[in-house]
Amino acid sequence: MDWGLIITNALRAMVGIDTVVFALAAIGLNVHFGYTGLLNFGQSAFLAVAGYGLAITVAEFGLPTLLGVVIGLLSAVVLALLLGAPTLRLRADYLAIVTIAAAEIVRLLYRSVSLSEYTGGSDGLGRFSEGFYSINPFSDGRYGIGRVSFDERVTWALTVGWSLVLLSCVLVFLLMRSPWGRVLKAIREDEDAVRSLGKNVYSYKLQSLVLGGVLGCLAGFVYAWGRAAVQPDFFGTETTFFAYTIVILGGAARVLGPVIGAMIFWTLLSLTDNVLTQAKSAGYISDAILTNFEIGQVRFMLVGIGLMLLMIFRPQGLFGDRRELALDAR
Amino acid sequence: MPADQHATSAEVGETTAGGAATADRASLTPAKDRALKALAGVEPVPGAPKPDPILVADGVTRRFGGLTAVEVAHIEVQRGSITALIGPNGAGKSTFFNLLTGFDRPDDGTWSFNGQSLAGVPSHKVARRGMVRTFQLTKALSRMTVMQNMLLGATGQKGEGFLSAIFPPLWRSQEKANTERAEELLARFKLDKKRDDFAGTMSGGQRKLLEMARALMVGPEMVMLDEPMAGVNPALTQSLLGHVKALREDGMTVLFVEHDMDMVRDISDWVIVMAQGKVIAEGPPHDIMANEAVIDAYLGGHHDAPLTEAEEQAQIAAGEAELRREDHT
Repeated sequence: MDWGLIITNALRAMVGIDTVVFALAAIGLNVHFGYTGLLNFGQSAFLAVAGYGLAITVAEFGLPTLLGVVIGLLSAVVLALLLGAPTLRLRADYLAIVTIAAAEIVRLLYRSVSLSEYTGGSDGLGRFSEGFYSINPFSDGRYGIGRVSFDERVTWALTVGWSLVLLSCVLVFLLMRSPWGRVLKAIREDEDAVRSLGKNVYSYKLQSLVLGGVLGCLAGFVYAWGRAAVQPDFFGTETTFFAYTIVILGGAARVLGPVIGAMIFWTLLSLTDNVLTQAKSAGYISDAILTNFEIGQVRFMLVGIGLMLLMIFRPQGLFGDRRELALDAR
Repeated sequence: MPADQHATSAEVGETTAGGAATADRASLTPAKDRALKALAGVEPVPGAPKPDPILVADGVTRRFGGLTAVEVAHIEVQRGSITALIGPNGAGKSTFFNLLTGFDRPDDGTWSFNGQSLAGVPSHKVARRGMVRTFQLTKALSRMTVMQNMLLGATGQKGEGFLSAIFPPLWRSQEKANTERAEELLARFKLDKKRDDFAGTMSGGQRKLLEMARALMVGPEMVMLDEPMAGVNPALTQSLLGHVKALREDGMTVLFVEHDMDMVRDISDWVIVMAQGKVIAEGPPHDIMANEAVIDAYLGGHHDAPLTEAEEQAQIAAGEAELRREDHT
């Protein structure tokens, strides 16, 4: 078994594109769920409208990348308003139902045959990232420390991605220590109490939904550029639930929780995947127990077991405060 | 603080208020005296007009399907007084409270606060206009500290806007002023030592105190307390009563829901009694306790009388049969 390769791959996964994409998606979800208590089960839709907003603008209409980004951002804002306006006056579970349905509608819309002229159907879209890579300041070559290195394209995508993660974290940090963030946390605790103190709860919930949606849509851009393609099935419910896992893993309502959560999540997936593959090829595991095709599924099972253990022994997540969790939520 | 002070320092003159004339002289304070004098001439009948009403409600009706939960023809609440809203369980007190504060919408009716109509005004705007409520089931924000709970109550905060929130210099001085005001209030409610504890770690009574203190951060003219004594241990009840009285001393009007008659007698200047959604009686606390309609509402009408003529005959017959049997043995 090549432990060097296993470690290298794990380290690459720790800072890789997937980690960045899910960190951003989870930062947005943390604003919704962690700070405001909104049950948004359609975070993937925000990634989708951003990724496709960018891809369609650039690939289908030949417009500049910057315009694609603006359209992606606006799409996220509009989606948040569409989802929130009718549901945020109702009880929390209505938002959950509407968002999970809306996310599937968005995915199926991009996947549909009748729109494939613009969206590429189930194949998705490519040929839109030239604009992004044309301003790449890194010249050809590999960048990194030792074997943990990336080529100039990935390095550029990661630089932009991690800068967005940093900016998002700073923004969330500033907002959540302000009186504005205090209102959000209070809404999470009890919205009637907040109403009785003269705050417009509906408006704050809508603001929270828009903010988290826009942060999540940044993940859509990074995903699109990182792969140089958008594909509809990435934006399924699985993406949203990975983001939830990451938020809870890192500790809800903690600024850096989603970032560390995403790093651990993808490192663990890489570790289990590589260890199983290597053990397989070294002959430690026979085909009767596990075939090569099953490794992809088994790694999720193992990570799942790991997460269960975490919830049992550290229910507050890595950064959470156990005292806080022990409090009666009423 | 005010509660204790006022109880001893202010023995202001005689009261001429009707039934309250028997009130304990030692508990008289300037504000109480004023409230009682203002209410002295008010006729103790349901819907009686008050000299200076802060809250007036007309024809407020709320139906849940076929059940009419609230049907208040007319009430007025005197400014600067402590008015109790009492009634047996299911009388519609809390529902009426929710309607007045915008937490529920009536099917019909109008009501005004300080002369401005509140019909259709959302709950947060009702609070901003100066009518702040508390809840029967205390709503302390558990996973926030006591101080954060308090600061949430302050109104007109610049830092509560999304854009200005990002720039602390825009709101830091206001936050500091609010913190100082919150500290004064916490000291008054003897919660200052709890300042940085999570509200969820406090006892039920302390949460009631916090909720009241937090409501005061809004700077209300009128405080609506929904069963302030419910679930509070007897030792803390006196202190809570003191704080409610102190609100009146500070010029606020208090309307509170309660079903314990003893609490009501001690602190209220005026009592409004509801039963089955309607106001059935109004008056000074001592008169109310003797009111026939109120006793009927609490104990059930004719609680000691036979229900029908036939039943009366049957009772008599049964009694005579009993006597005869005893004679035979």
